[in-house]
Amino acid sequence: MIELTINNIKVKAEDGMTILEAAKSVGISIPTLCHMKDLVPSGACRICSVEVEGYRNLIPSCAYPVSGGMVVDTNSPRVRRARKTIVELLVENHPQDCLICVRNKNCELQDLSERYGIREHRFAGESKAHAVDISSASLERDPAKCILCGRCVRACHEVQKVCAIDFTNRGFKSTVTTPFNIGLNASDCILCGQCILVCPTAALREKSSLKTVSTALLSKEKYTIVQVAPAVRATLGEEYHLPLGTDVTGKLVAGLRRLGFKKVFDTNFAADLTIWEEATELINRIQTDKPLPMFTSCCPGWVKYIEHNYPDMLKHVSTCKSPHEMEGAVAKTYYAKKLGISPKDIFVVSIMPCTVKKFESTRPELSEESHPDVDAVLTTRELVRFFNIAGVDFADLGDDQFDNPLGESTGAAAIFGASGGVMEAALRMAYFKLTGNHLENVELEQVRGLEGLKEASFYINGKEINIAVVNGIGNVGPVLDDLRAGKSKYHFIEVMACPGGCVNGGGQPIHQKTEKVMKRMKVLYDIDKKMSNRRSYENESIKTLYKEYFKEPGSHISHEILHTHYHPRGK
Amino acid sequence: MHKEILESYPKNDKSTLIPLLQDIQSVYGYLPQEAINDIAMHTGLSRSRVYGVATFYNQFRLTPLGENIIRVCRGTACHVKNSANLLYSLENTLKIKAGDTTRDKKFTLETVACIGACSIAPVITVNDDYYGRITTKDIPNIIKKYQGKPKTEKQTKETVGA
Ligand code: SF4
Ligand code: SF4
Ligand code: SF4
Ligand code: FES
Ligand code: FES
Repeated sequence: MIELTINNIKVKAEDGMTILEAAKSVGISIPTLCHMKDLVPSGACRICSVEVEGYRNLIPSCAYPVSGGMVVDTNSPRVRRARKTIVELLVENHPQDCLICVRNKNCELQDLSERYGIREHRFAGESKAHAVDISSASLERDPAKCILCGRCVRACHEVQKVCAIDFTNRGFKSTVTTPFNIGLNASDCILCGQCILVCPTAALREKSSLKTVSTALLSKEKYTIVQVAPAVRATLGEEYHLPLGTDVTGKLVAGLRRLGFKKVFDTNFAADLTIWEEATELINRIQTDKPLPMFTSCCPGWVKYIEHNYPDMLKHVSTCKSPHEMEGAVAKTYYAKKLGISPKDIFVVSIMPCTVKKFESTRPELSEESHPDVDAVLTTRELVRFFNIAGVDFADLGDDQFDNPLGESTGAAAIFGASGGVMEAALRMAYFKLTGNHLENVELEQVRGLEGLKEASFYINGKEINIAVVNGIGNVGPVLDDLRAGKSKYHFIEVMACPGGCVNGGGQPIHQKTEKVMKRMKVLYDIDKKMSNRRSYENESIKTLYKEYFKEPGSHISHEILHTHYHPRGK
Repeated sequence: MHKEILESYPKNDKSTLIPLLQDIQSVYGYLPQEAINDIAMHTGLSRSRVYGVATFYNQFRLTPLGENIIRVCRGTACHVKNSANLLYSLENTLKIKAGDTTRDKKFTLETVACIGACSIAPVITVNDDYYGRITTKDIPNIIKKYQGKPKTEKQTKETVGA
């Protein structure tokens, strides 16, 4: 323990704490921009500067450790002036279009400008002219709005380890961009959107599909179907100031109905269906000496990553389409026939926690007779905007229920949105298929939580099955290197590109805290716990689906409609 | 060509980046895209980082140099004498920005800080020739001098298509 003084307050701090942390512990707030919790401070922006007795220069508090007897002033006139100048320079070099900006009222630069009372343009000068990169189906990059805090670069390099973007040039010409400044669509960016979650401004944002969706809803010819991913119900409440970790499934369904969708279906249905197919594929691979380990294929960010970086390993990826693509495919085949509607008149919208799913839905192989399985993808954030435009007062909505048959699901499907969930759900089913017995203790604690690599081993019918869960694409490199070197001991590996899984997806509400991720995960595990059916093979609607249409998992027709293939992509 | 240079450096040593970039640039006169990719593979750095470093330092070029190098002085004395206008005029005439090379590889346009000829500001240089106290009106004539024999239309098309 160390004692120091901050703004005349005696503060007890732990050894190794930064001034920033020590100040926070006694309710003193210091602004930050480049600082990222859990990463080594870069000290780049200086907005967190404070005065420390005995030092001539201002000290960046995010990067400076406390020491005994230190006397700190976080609010001296000099500090305030320095901060204000930094903010003024940033504001001056930034487009002045808050009123029409997607991050209006959710922007750290706006907050700083307000906090330091910027009321005039003191430094008016040349401002940056940059083209917006709208080349990808998922993300937009607007370098004019970039304040060069570097958080996206660090998320991409240090957390995701994709390293798709970096600082280039210097001085006035400095920008964050891809190698050779090519469009994101042509780069090896996996479009996970983790950079959006950390960006303080609108320099990085999703490509919006709101117009497409509202047009479809107004069209007389289109039969509009909407589906919701498991992870959205765990986070949407945050945008309406409901307590963190509120399950808003019922309100979500009610809200979507008000938007005018003909059917409100649940991606959880297709998550169960995925498990039927994937568990069957796994058992088949184990029993017939096909390539092992098998990787899950639910996460299109992960799929894009392996296509770019380890194309020689693609045969290890399950051929199952991701759940929302399966849901769309079933809607446009089985369900279309049931309704007697042509698939071309059905418009499927997915509400997803994910930015990559937008790109995924444009993959040509994910379609039935040239109709895409999914026509448009909205992120959680876009849905909030849609509700606002439509005057849906979300917090006051009552509870409603998903439509059937593509709305029934089990607890196993609910947990897909948390890292480890797909693994857990698949094992519940595989165990049954291999032994004929129900797995009694369905909760596999070993694969839950936020660790980067989670491992477990089981004996099923006397055979050892080794599994691994890769939480966050930044942790997958060593696993793939081992596999390439012929040293992998696993049979089955789940990979989710976003740290924590889809609850922390790039389309989710903007947030900065790891604690939030755990609370969001808990929502999904609680839903699972409350269900009477917790194993995918207990889903009655899916049993009917196989009886009436697909015959059995892995059948010829299910291969045609529920499975896909992958392409090597350039590095 | 650059493969041999790469091999003379240890693999996965991130500290070799700058000397590597220098050596390879000295072979080509610039850093071709492919070389950047190979340097990334060799040093174990990401491609975006190598590209970022290469664009950070003024000594590195990402585009090949043209036959003639035009430098516009942007030092204080020249600035006061409107060298910015000379630059815009050159950019418009050559249809490139400072730092770039024309498609036919005839000209590279650069800006420099004071070139020590303030007494005849504003100054531009083409290769080793100095042009002082000039205005935008002089630009077309200066360029013409270095253009070499005028190209036939067909040739021009070919270069554009290439
Ligand atoms: S979307 Fe993901 S991979 Fe692409 S730049 Fe952002 S963090 Fe990197
Ligand atoms: S794009 Fe956003 S996160 Fe990245 S450097 Fe610019 S302002 Fe920071
Ligand atoms: S983890 Fe989920 S949200 Fe993130 S890229 Fe994968 S599917 Fe999308
Ligand atoms: S937040 Fe401390 S230097 Fe940027
Ligand atoms: S400022 Fe141009 S030559 Fe000195």
